Amino acid sequence: MDGQKDFRIRDRQIPAQPEFVARDRSVHPPAYTPEYKTTYLRSPQRALLSLQNSLSEITGPLFGHGELGPLDNDLILNYAKDQEPVGPRIIVHGHVLDGDGKGVPHTLVEFWQANAGGRYRHKNDSYVAAIDPNFGGCGRTITDENGYYYFRTIRPGPYPWRNFASSWRPAHIHFSLFGSGFAQRLITQLYFEGDPLIPLDPMIRGIPSERGRESLVALLDMNAQVQLDTLAYRWNIVLRGSRQTLFENKLQGN
Amino acid sequence: MKTQHLHYLPETPSQTAGPYVHIGLIPHQAGFDIFEKNFSNSVVSDGTKGERIRVEGRVIDGAGTPVRDVLVEIWQANAAGRYNHPLDRQEDKAADPTFRGWGRTGGDFQTGIYTFETIKPGAVAGRAGRGVMAPHINFWIVARGINIGLNTRMYFSDETDANARDPVLRMIEHEDRRSTLIGQRSARDGATVYTFDIYLQGERETVFFDV
Repeated sequence: MDGQKDFRIRDRQIPAQPEFVARDRSVHPPAYTPEYKTTYLRSPQRALLSLQNSLSEITGPLFGHGELGPLDNDLILNYAKDQEPVGPRIIVHGHVLDGDGKGVPHTLVEFWQANAGGRYRHKNDSYVAAIDPNFGGCGRTITDENGYYYFRTIRPGPYPWRNFASSWRPAHIHFSLFGSGFAQRLITQLYFEGDPLIPLDPMIRGIPSERGRESLVALLDMNAQVQLDTLAYRWNIVLRGSRQTLFENKLQGN
Repeated sequence: MKTQHLHYLPETPSQTAGPYVHIGLIPHQAGFDIFEKNFSNSVVSDGTKGERIRVEGRVIDGAGTPVRDVLVEIWQANAAGRYNHPLDRQEDKAADPTFRGWGRTGGDFQTGIYTFETIKPGAVAGRAGRGVMAPHINFWIVARGINIGLNTRMYFSDETDANARDPVLRMIEHEDRRSTLIGQRSARDGATVYTFDIYLQGERETVFFDV
């Protein structure tokens, strides 16, 4: 075989191209959703150019625990000055999964929210509800080896915004997710089970399917409460699946 | 008759980052400090190899107004053209452990201008190792009014030959639109600056990708 490679064995292998399965755009709100008026001037008008994944898409930034502080996942304590913030104490927890139902390990999860009165600690927010001097409203964590995450916070309040003359956002927490490749990057929002503002919200209403809308609603999880202390909500997040994880450990040479 | 079913989970739907995205991702721009370590628009450190460059521009809406509450992230290879990630197996190219290759920043609340301090990346192998992609920086853009993050790329104006061979640029059917992905090189106060304005709509609408 000197100077010649034998491709026969390799050719019998199932190619395990490391790439993400194509994004199903039908689960997401389209770029232009008329009820959410700001999308009118901020939505691309031309068709997206579909790319097969290259290294630029299957790779992405990785983060280590050493980059986070010990209170980064505790919004009750991470900005508390002389006392703890006002509002219902909650734990939010769940798994970050891929499309195959496997946990996404060691991935950065970031979150931000209004305080219990519906006011954001942001220089551009002028809502009349008071700033809570003990509440910053942001945090972050890294999933464990099973894709599990949790953090402690105050349940945020609803607030009005100028879309229609006075639209009201349901209580929500914003989430930012990375996964293992830049093509998995996602920002979304968690809503709370039973909130009557959910079906009225122009942002939620932009999601085409009932199943999709319901998938953003965190469920009250009485089993995970801290008795006489903190309520809990459970919410799983699904990132795009990877063809790689389907075949990993089953093939060599990929 | 179908007796088995596939149980792939659909992706969680995207929702807009909203006007207060800075709180969670760059809290200093929201007006406060909370974390010991913050992510920033400076992607380089002292030991990073490569030509120092600044990348700046604006994201512009369909009325020609800068999107001043935009959040922009970049992801790029190092000066040798290798990504800092285990799936990049271009063993012939040196890794640079000082360079993660990722940064984030917000548009300025007055001008809308975003800025990154980084290095010029090298060329990266094309899909499945076939061919070469011209040096480029991957962009991801979110803001109030953007329902799902927008993916695009910035290529470099001084890489004319490599750009002409780039498999992604060549896929753009309307050749005049390829220019929407080219950052324009200039020198300013001794620094090398690439200007890359991103148009969400209109005649100059930037090419966005479904990756």
